[in-house]
Amino acid sequence: MTDYTDRLRAAARRLLGEGRVDCFIGYRRGSLPLAAQPAILTRAEQADSLIWDPSCGMNLAHYAVGRADRIGIVATGCVSRSLVALALENQVARERLYIVGVPCTGMLDAGALRRRFPGREAAAAAYEGPRVTIAFADGNEELAVAENLARPCRTCAHPNPVVADEMLGEPVASPAVPAVPEEAAAAEARSAAERWAYFCEAFAHCIRCYACRNACPLCYCPTCFVDESRPQWVGKSSDPTDTRTFHFLRALHLAGRCTDCGACERACPLDIPVRHLTSRLNAEAKAIYGFEAGLDLEERPLLDRYRPEDLNDFFK
Amino acid sequence: MAGPGEGRGEGRMSEWEPRIVTILCNWCTYGAADLAGVNRLQYPTNFKVIRVPCSGRVSPKMILAAFRSGADGVWVSGCHPGDCHYISGNFYARRRFTMMRALFRHIGLDDDRLHFSWISAAEGPKFAATAREVIAAVRRAGPAREWGKTRAQVV
Ligand code: SF4
Ligand code: SF4
Repeated sequence: MTDYTDRLRAAARRLLGEGRVDCFIGYRRGSLPLAAQPAILTRAEQADSLIWDPSCGMNLAHYAVGRADRIGIVATGCVSRSLVALALENQVARERLYIVGVPCTGMLDAGALRRRFPGREAAAAAYEGPRVTIAFADGNEELAVAENLARPCRTCAHPNPVVADEMLGEPVASPAVPAVPEEAAAAEARSAAERWAYFCEAFAHCIRCYACRNACPLCYCPTCFVDESRPQWVGKSSDPTDTRTFHFLRALHLAGRCTDCGACERACPLDIPVRHLTSRLNAEAKAIYGFEAGLDLEERPLLDRYRPEDLNDFFK
Repeated sequence: MAGPGEGRGEGRMSEWEPRIVTILCNWCTYGAADLAGVNRLQYPTNFKVIRVPCSGRVSPKMILAAFRSGADGVWVSGCHPGDCHYISGNFYARRRFTMMRALFRHIGLDDDRLHFSWISAAEGPKFAATAREVIAAVRRAGPAREWGKTRAQVV
């Protein structure tokens, strides 16, 4: 995977050098060895600060929203899907985007690694093909990247960019996905009361920091419903009802738009399984309408169109 | 007030009557409710009717707001698909309600609490019959407490 770094730097250098783009959005090494930082370059000389490794998990599509210049951006399957969804909603202009596509084999679950080594802070990480060696103050740990993937990556159906202006490598195969993923099957088997208890428990520790919302590339409203005051749909408190209201409505606002990139879960400081709600909606959209968000630049979003023969069975 | 954790309607106060927020589109179901009244059709009176221009106007926020304000059930009704006064409002609404209902079920809301129907302005008897059906379902489900605030409500 690391060998993409050279190709990526070369692409960014060329695009910025030739004036093909005004900025290039990629990743650089920040202070966290397991989670790369976004980088927005404007000069060809900066290209060598770019990196590509399994710590590049955050969704860069977010940084393309609201820019008026010509943007170069490195994109995996999920980033490209977010860009498609944003283009359909007029938040980015496809003609001002130059997408450098990378086939993705999955990104690390930095949060799970933090929990796995409690009290030990990673000082550095060396990414060597399929393995990563994490340096702690009291010694090194070597791990297989494939065994420590972020949850959405483990069942990713679209690891290759769905749209790209150039590709840095050959397409990769999707991980083998069970017909019904384990979590979904477990959720399905619960009774209504158990589902309610699970929902309450899963979100009980949320502190309403809104990091999940802020990290989501598809959450770009200038005024979020949580900030509306007349009427006030959801209170400002951390009362469990307000927290549940926030998560319920946030998820619904992503119906037919979420690309299951996992940026929300990745951003959460409390490891709340935020995707519990959005993944269900994604599964329903696929089962009922055969729809997956961000796959096609010509296809309107799920809730922005209809068919007269759409599902009608629960209407009296 | 009954405490949380009680089952479907058991242990509630004997005088409890379901409160149902009913959101009706101006052009069809509101007319049907009117017609049912004019024809003196009998149906229970547990409904708080909110008139909206179109079922397409109904947002999930409104439904949650109803539950948060103490509704035991919510019933949304509009024109039959194909008969929307604004051509396609209810077609869009149908997709939105489908996703919303799926999420409500996913988090464990009792199916008996949320109802949808298409009732035209000429269907007074269907309105009265559906009203009885909805109220029977909400009665089965009992008083709703899931969305009540546990701490002080500050407005
Ligand atoms: S809701 Fe989460 S998984 Fe879905 S697009 Fe937003 S950040 Fe990605
Ligand atoms: S990031 Fe986590 S703690 Fe913050 S609002 Fe979202 S779920 Fe709650």
